[in-house]
Amino acid sequence: MKKNKTLSYEFIKGLWEINPIFKQVLGMCPTLAVTVSVMNGLAMALATTFVLVFSSLLISSFRKLIPNQVRIAAFIVVIATFVTIADLVMKAKFPELSKALGPFVPLIVVNCLILGRQEVFASKNNPLRSLLDALGNGAGFLIALVIMGGIREIIGSRTLMGYSVLPNSFEPWLIIILPAGAFLTLGLLMGFANLYVERKKRIELEAGIAKYKAAKNTLDIKLGEK
Amino acid sequence: MEFNSNTNHRLVIASSPHLHSRWSTKQAMWLVVLALLPSLIASVIFFGVYQLLIVTTSVFFSVLTETLIKKIRKKKISIADGSAIITGLLLGLILPPNFSITSTAIGAVFSIAIGKEIFGGLGFNIFNPALVGRAFLQAAFPVAMTTWQKPYYAVDTITSATPLASFKFDKAVTEIQPLILGNIGGSIGETSAVAIIIGGVFLIGIGIVNWRIPVSMIIGIMLISAIFWLVDPLKYASPLFHLFAGGYLFGVFFMATDWVTSPITAKGMWIFGIGIALIVVVIRTFGGLPEGVMYSILIMNAIVPIINRLTTPKIFGADK
Repeated sequence: MKKNKTLSYEFIKGLWEINPIFKQVLGMCPTLAVTVSVMNGLAMALATTFVLVFSSLLISSFRKLIPNQVRIAAFIVVIATFVTIADLVMKAKFPELSKALGPFVPLIVVNCLILGRQEVFASKNNPLRSLLDALGNGAGFLIALVIMGGIREIIGSRTLMGYSVLPNSFEPWLIIILPAGAFLTLGLLMGFANLYVERKKRIELEAGIAKYKAAKNTLDIKLGEK
Repeated sequence: MEFNSNTNHRLVIASSPHLHSRWSTKQAMWLVVLALLPSLIASVIFFGVYQLLIVTTSVFFSVLTETLIKKIRKKKISIADGSAIITGLLLGLILPPNFSITSTAIGAVFSIAIGKEIFGGLGFNIFNPALVGRAFLQAAFPVAMTTWQKPYYAVDTITSATPLASFKFDKAVTEIQPLILGNIGGSIGETSAVAIIIGGVFLIGIGIVNWRIPVSMIIGIMLISAIFWLVDPLKYASPLFHLFAGGYLFGVFFMATDWVTSPITAKGMWIFGIGIALIVVVIRTFGGLPEGVMYSILIMNAIVPIINRLTTPKIFGADK
């Protein structure tokens, strides 16, 4: 990573520029599996962020001590430690939530988002930058999961955060809270995200062309005057 | 078929294969609409005028969605080719009678938007759009999609359940005659075998539908179900029952034969038809659902590109 990047950039990039779901397309398994409601998505994202932040912090502190050949194994051991903590805390403090998330909390250990951030970022940067990067990625993941959970909860079960938001006359679309609905929602969201990016690029390009033409015109006029 | 626009020119320069069809896309689509009329009439006779409202809603929202998406994508509005109208008609005809109008509209929008336009429009869709819409509705509103209205003129012994459901869950065999006529429970346009066959034979006769897919599907299901039937006639349904019950015939003539989503080679068409028949029999006999025509056609749609690649004739003299 280039050193000239500001600290705030390390955090902000995770929100959109390298958003784990929409841009890196990592951590798809929990995204598709647990986002049947906002609460589930939120809990999953918080657990993942917890693991990500502490693993990043620890691994970037030890980055010079970890031999390159066994780095993946070392990363996994660290990640697994924090996943175990998260899993046990959830089981003790929020047993219902833990039951709702099922095996997906222990499965955070194989979430490629976390291993990916260690491999790409934490093992090459200092702890402060790694912490901000982990927080940013966690926040990006959280935003995506809450959006997914929100859409699926509203359409699939007519509620939002457990409160009824749509009239009873609306028949919930069962498919949206089934696995097929997860793929549909994610696919459409990504489609719209890509559409937005493309639009923005085109607008920037057109603005650039317009600027160039204007500059060329004034130059031509000036040359003509001479 | 776009090739047809070439026939107006005196000299056509194009790479092989040189496919020609008697009909342009536009004409063909309207002839398909004509072929669907008998089924539509039969549905009104057996289930009432309300079914026309369902079909009209479905057509209206299909056309509306197509127009809107073409507008958003800044493409030429292609309503005149009739494909959205046919998708709407087909979707309307495979819904249960007295289905909710709102849900019909949702299904039609989904058919066109996700089933067709998201792939790039007519000619690019992998799956039959009408079946995509129905599969979506089946998963979204499973209860409403399996609530069947008792047809008018129903024979006393027939309940409002579909013949396939009553066979699957109660082992009650429906006579062949009502299956052929259509005074049985089932989707709007798929109960009357006679009406479907009239439309289907018309389409084959004027050369819009290739005979290979219907023939292979009919032979396929008769042979495959005959094997089970001969083993145990009490436990397994007869070949004729398999052929006439449920949405099979409708699938044979109107769904599987969709130009875009069926194979282009003769051999491929046979593989496609027999594959559908096999999956239908497997789902009906061993699956949890009483009917599997929709899923089997969708599954075979998915492997059409592979069938096409494997059955493309080798170029003479070329290396393997």
